[in-house]
Amino acid sequence: MKELIRKLTSISSPSGREEQVRAVIKEEIASSVDEIYEDKLGNLIAVKHGGKTKVLLAAHMDEIGIIVTDIDEQGFLRFGNVGGINPQRLVGQRARFTNGTIGVFGVEKLEENEKLTLSKLYLDIGARSAEEARQKVMVGSVATYYHEFCDLGDRIVAKALDDRIGCAILIEALKRVTKPQNDLYCTFTVQEEVGLRGARTAAFGIEPDYGIAIDVTGTGDTPEAERLAIKLGHGAAIKVKDNSLITHPKVKDLLTGLAVKNKIPYQFEVLPFGGTDSGAIHLTKEGVPSGVISIPCRYLHTPSEMVDMNDVEAAVRLAVAVMETKLD
Amino acid sequence: MNLETLLTELSNAAGISGREDRAAQIITDLFTQGEGVQWITDFSRDRLGNIILRKQGQGPHPPRLMLAAHLDEIGLIVSEIDQGFLRFSTVGGIDQRVLLGQEVIVHGRENLPGIIGAKPPHLQEPEEKNKAVKLQDLMIDLGLPEEKVRALVQIGDPVTFRRDCCALKNGLYTGKAMDDRAGVVAMVDCLRRLKDLHHQAEVAAVVTVQEELGVRGAFVSSYGLNPDLGIALDVTHGEMPGLTEYEAFKLGKGPVIVTGPQVHPQIFKTLKEAAEAANIKYQVEAEVTPRGTDAYALQIARAGVATGLVSIPLRYMHTAVETVSLKDLTETSRLLAEFIMRIDRAFVEGLKCY
Amino acid sequence: MLLKELSELNGVSSREEAVRSYLRGRIQDKVESIYTDHLGNLLAVQGSKKPGPKIMLSAHMDEVGLMVVGIDSSGLLKIKPLGGIDERVLLAKRVVIGEQRIPGVIGAKPIHLQEKEEREKPVKLSALFVDIGARDQKEAEEMVQIGDVAAFDVKAEEFGDRLFKGKALDNRVGCAILLHLLEKEYAFPLYYAFTVQEEVGLRGATVAAYGINPDLALVFEGTSAGDLPTAKKHQQSTRLGRGPAITFMDRTVIVNQALLDRLVETANEAQIPFQWREATTGGTEAGAINLTRTGIIAGTLSVPCRYIHSPVSVLSLDDFENTVKLADAFLKSIERKGLPA
Repeated sequence: MKELIRKLTSISSPSGREEQVRAVIKEEIASSVDEIYEDKLGNLIAVKHGGKTKVLLAAHMDEIGIIVTDIDEQGFLRFGNVGGINPQRLVGQRARFTNGTIGVFGVEKLEENEKLTLSKLYLDIGARSAEEARQKVMVGSVATYYHEFCDLGDRIVAKALDDRIGCAILIEALKRVTKPQNDLYCTFTVQEEVGLRGARTAAFGIEPDYGIAIDVTGTGDTPEAERLAIKLGHGAAIKVKDNSLITHPKVKDLLTGLAVKNKIPYQFEVLPFGGTDSGAIHLTKEGVPSGVISIPCRYLHTPSEMVDMNDVEAAVRLAVAVMETKLD
Repeated sequence: MNLETLLTELSNAAGISGREDRAAQIITDLFTQGEGVQWITDFSRDRLGNIILRKQGQGPHPPRLMLAAHLDEIGLIVSEIDQGFLRFSTVGGIDQRVLLGQEVIVHGRENLPGIIGAKPPHLQEPEEKNKAVKLQDLMIDLGLPEEKVRALVQIGDPVTFRRDCCALKNGLYTGKAMDDRAGVVAMVDCLRRLKDLHHQAEVAAVVTVQEELGVRGAFVSSYGLNPDLGIALDVTHGEMPGLTEYEAFKLGKGPVIVTGPQVHPQIFKTLKEAAEAANIKYQVEAEVTPRGTDAYALQIARAGVATGLVSIPLRYMHTAVETVSLKDLTETSRLLAEFIMRIDRAFVEGLKCY
Repeated sequence: MLLKELSELNGVSSREEAVRSYLRGRIQDKVESIYTDHLGNLLAVQGSKKPGPKIMLSAHMDEVGLMVVGIDSSGLLKIKPLGGIDERVLLAKRVVIGEQRIPGVIGAKPIHLQEKEEREKPVKLSALFVDIGARDQKEAEEMVQIGDVAAFDVKAEEFGDRLFKGKALDNRVGCAILLHLLEKEYAFPLYYAFTVQEEVGLRGATVAAYGINPDLALVFEGTSAGDLPTAKKHQQSTRLGRGPAITFMDRTVIVNQALLDRLVETANEAQIPFQWREATTGGTEAGAINLTRTGIIAGTLSVPCRYIHSPVSVLSLDDFENTVKLADAFLKSIERKGLPA
């Protein structure tokens, strides 16, 4: 599974431009599902039949990134953010465009106490002129962090584990499930990082009876961290609340019951910020009882996100348990 | 049905956003076993928990009206068990300054009384006194040993204010969840009035959930019902020192009929006409943002719904001492009934004629 | 002149009557059918029976303005903004209120009576009021009601070299573009949406798109141009005179790549100048339309406007004409090649 995660996280596919990661996922799951299709926004929807109840399981394919807004005469690029990019974290980092072009983030000289904002940053792709830059990129080109996957043993580090880890979990669960008891709509969504957009149109088309997102969540287990009762390696997190969702009691009880029954380590999550695809799914049409299986993840939205493979395994088992439990 | 009793019971019932079941039970009992059975033709609950109380209209194609008043209240949710004390997060917009020294109920395996403690003034540094307390520095004390707390409470358990409803002078009532249980009571009272009236419109009175988290219940219920027109019933700010005349309304002087982008001009006008014809005193509020009430969701359901908004003046919103006038509730219910009597096919067809 | 007439009409968000009835008059003989919905969107259809994809063209009728929220005992009107208005531009402006177009002024404390530090600070909205000359509350209430809206009182006119000045060019310029396109004929069904309440949250487009359910939507807008010496090049977003601005991404939408490719290809083939909207801030109705139902491919073409959301915005007439040309060429490309894919 680590190899799959390495493969998925090494792709640059920011929100709205998910073609490359979609192609890889499609190939990975083709033989495990009954039907695959894409919708107008680019969501990849894989169906596996097994019962009357429709369960939408969602993991988002997109990652945060940047988009070029200006190319100056010297060939430096200016850019806007795609999703939640913190300017403080960019200086000295590298970016990779979807066509493979590499660049380095630089910063203008700041006045004393001046706030670092995105407009003070630029991207240097080694071009000597605007003309040379334009041979590689254009206004509207997108890039992501460029950082290698590292295997630290139980724990792994990579960019875009948010939410390629969710994609990997969903792929793995699809491969492991032997007796699906529901109609499974495993949806690899687009544009989550810019406002849960893909999940919204996907759910509208699918009309599911239940929605489960698989996504990362923060932790509070690092030195002087913001308070959060979530720890790496303490199991899959069952979300109770974030800014986009208060988990439907039925779904919370379902996930908790399955974790207890199958001896899957779990922890409860009350996140005072953030949102996941389930935020969009549960408000679809006449309402969809929804919840989230979260994977604790340190250093969110940085080039070095870290998860624990034991939590990943717990999340896979919990997802498989949902797939193999007859819901009404 | 006694309105004071219903208001008291509802205000006392626990029901933070997304966990409205105990408050919902009161409405369910009234309309499935109580007096309310005779006032409606159909009772249902949708998948997110909205309660839909329907009363049929007359004629072959009755206009379809949706009323919405939200059941959920603001509150707290347990986020961490820290050496037997509970850390918490907020549900809905709570001013952290009002939390200090409040009594709460933690709804764990059983209802547990708790206290949000305050550091005594003696132990505070002089500069601390001048600052508002931060949410992360507050904790709930259950007075129980840690093992007992862990056995009874889980992360994610809801917490409500422990504050029973009580009558003040001049027909004012104060409680923890008048926003928007007052609106629910007015809507229920309107259904009671409609029992003996012959109205053309089919009425779907929706007791909505999760309003305080972004009018979520109203989004799905208005999509599901797909009405011709809708009226949201909520509360607005009551007059108090520090608020100007145009941003706060008088308690006991009747319902507030709202105009603004979320309100259809014809519905605004007809609400005023209905009030005038029935000698109902009313106040008018202009609201520039469409957000903040169920009307926000109602108006943009599917291909659009002609929407109105009626508010009940309420003092000290989003605190444990929300205060309303019972008279405003009955006058609001009367206004709604009068408005409903004016809805016919022609009125509804006119709503698309701009 | 069309733009002048449109600019001088008042249509503050949710009070678009004057604009709607003007547009209805201009288009009713030119379309197959015309209707309004529960929010007041004006929707017109051409060629509903034609084969081919259903295309929606959208431009919002509303403009930012002020709403009267209270009348004080001296007869002054308390106001709040409808839509995003920088309150610093309000000082010492003329407005007209309501359908009766009652004139009023937004007063300002004379410089003589200000403390020195007052001048350094923006005036807060809560300190602003409109004076219609009423003697007291009673007289004011005879003319103005709570909920009435005020729009800037500005004459629109040609200005400088091929420029045009007026209020509400965001988005009467979009309405004007739709009127020009209505004169032409295309081989597929076209839905023209003149929408309401864009400035208070894309509300008209949200319900219009749901009702129409098109295969593709194109939104026309006036967008901010920052081509001033005080702005650095990479913060200018768009520039006057460089042609229609194409949005690749903003706060509300990431535009489909195939649609962008087709727009660029079309502009190049027809030799119409265009510019990228070099910013990712702001939003247009394309965002709301994009997320309707199971997703609708939607993009935005904008005419750059300086000083947007103020009483005096400025656009280039060449940009306006080139936007019509690009839109026309794009629609013709659909006739020849189908939808971008």
